[in-house]
Amino acid sequence: MSGAGAGETLLGVAGISLRFGGVQALSDVSFDIRRGEIRAIIGPNGAGKTSMLNVINGFYHPQAGRIDFGGHRLSRMRPGFAARHGIARTFQNVALFRGMTTLDNLMAGRALKMRRGFFWQLLRHGPAMREEIEQRRAVEEIIDFLEIEAIRRVPVGRLPYGLQKRVELGRALAMEPELLLLDEPMTGMNLEEKEDMCRYILEVNSQFGTTIALIEHDMGVVMDLSNRVVVLDYGRKIADDVPAVVKQDPAVIAAYLGVAG
Amino acid sequence: MHLLYLILIDPFAQMGAAPDLLAQTLWEGLVSGVLYALIALGFVLIYKASGVFNFAQGIMVVFSALTLVGLYAAGVPALLALAITVGVMFVLAVAVERLVLRPLVNRPDIILFMATFGLTYFLIGFGELVFGGDTKQMITAQLYLPAGAIDLHILGGIVTLQKLDIAAAIIASLMVAALAFVFQYTRIGRALRAVADSHRAALSVGISLNQIWVIVWFAAGIVALATGIMWGARSEVSFALEVVALKALPVLILGGFTSIPGAIVGGLIIGLSEKLFELYWGPLVGGGTEAWFAYVVALIVLFFRPHGLFGEVIIERI
Repeated sequence: MSGAGAGETLLGVAGISLRFGGVQALSDVSFDIRRGEIRAIIGPNGAGKTSMLNVINGFYHPQAGRIDFGGHRLSRMRPGFAARHGIARTFQNVALFRGMTTLDNLMAGRALKMRRGFFWQLLRHGPAMREEIEQRRAVEEIIDFLEIEAIRRVPVGRLPYGLQKRVELGRALAMEPELLLLDEPMTGMNLEEKEDMCRYILEVNSQFGTTIALIEHDMGVVMDLSNRVVVLDYGRKIADDVPAVVKQDPAVIAAYLGVAG
Repeated sequence: MHLLYLILIDPFAQMGAAPDLLAQTLWEGLVSGVLYALIALGFVLIYKASGVFNFAQGIMVVFSALTLVGLYAAGVPALLALAITVGVMFVLAVAVERLVLRPLVNRPDIILFMATFGLTYFLIGFGELVFGGDTKQMITAQLYLPAGAIDLHILGGIVTLQKLDIAAAIIASLMVAALAFVFQYTRIGRALRAVADSHRAALSVGISLNQIWVIVWFAAGIVALATGIMWGARSEVSFALEVVALKALPVLILGGFTSIPGAIVGGLIIGLSEKLFELYWGPLVGGGTEAWFAYVVALIVLFFRPHGLFGEVIIERI
């Protein structure tokens, strides 16, 4: 495990409530994510985990509550702001640019790092070309790190699911995020792929110091990876502690297994 | 038996007997094909980036041409009028993004499609209000587009190439090539492709959808202007010009709504085949085939390739 968990708060959500018509997706949820830690968000299906990530990343705008991030206090996040301030994410059902190659997907992840104007780009040399080469070098390092050299030039739509998830992680890493949101990074993977993914997540956390918030269903994975766990059930927070304590919590056990009467 | 002869053998015998006529027809088919491709490209750009079939593309052709001609009529020098028209198309793109797309974001595609109907009727009304409803002449000579024709004495006859057609083919090809290049090799192009593939993923890496929408609508506006100048020069500038955009529909069905190469190849196939069919097979059914032949070709393609020749085959998990 990384030695994190003691850092200052990187992101805090307070009193977040989110409603879709008559459906209360989140009610008064508050928790924080500390710099450098791996924070897990767990809960049964429909507990509001993905909604929570969507609130953090600005896809959903909560009706109440606030988000504190990097010195900013916001009532709602916007995706552009999140991306510019170092929040990257992956998606539950993989959202890649399917028609583009692995390389282009990762380069697209660096969209915000490239500043040269349109006409320089048209010329394809001078500052724009230097910039493209610089960015390309950073992308190649990530490709190296994730061991996806062999599929550099393959349109990602053709890749098997496990590799697509890895490319998606690569695209998020290409943004050099401070906070990485992973929505079920291991669903649909076989054991070997899961182990690889676990290793990458740990290495990202320890090597780059990236703070990670992840949603995961595999309890073994959650207990191994995370420093602290938030448990949601029916849109409410029912527990928030280190894995060993959460595992013993009666409310958590009840939420997962159900209680008689 | 005689009918089969007329369908299967006689047309080819005619082609062999008069190769100059065949060459002339192919040339004309090629020119209209390139122009169809250009119109179709306007649709593809917007469809890829926002998933909207832009019904207003046809009226944008008319509106841009009217603006250009109207400005010239008001005493603005031709080239300056062209520059201002480009500016007007940019303002239109920004306005569409702000007033139409942004408030309707995340609504079903059919809502956005209907919104482009609204845009169509707005532009018709606005265009008539400002420039009047009468037919106008395109300012061909003032824009330094060539007039006259070149007669080629080849193949035992004369093949006539209108200089205007040559210019149209060259300009349209250059625009198609430029758009393809931008799409494939620049950062903006990469962002455009990214948005085409997945809106939420594009948002998550910090690509601004609003900015991309302005860019594609502006690009579609430029394409509309080029189409308006070329078609307007071949006939005249009036609201009837809007229907040429409907010719893009079979081109899109043929090529696939999401494919730039598809728009190009589809345009050429439709342009060439309708001219050839009209000349060699048209007399069998009493002529006038150009009005419907393109749609029949598109229909036949749909039987065999429901996503078009180059369209993206969408397989969804259910």
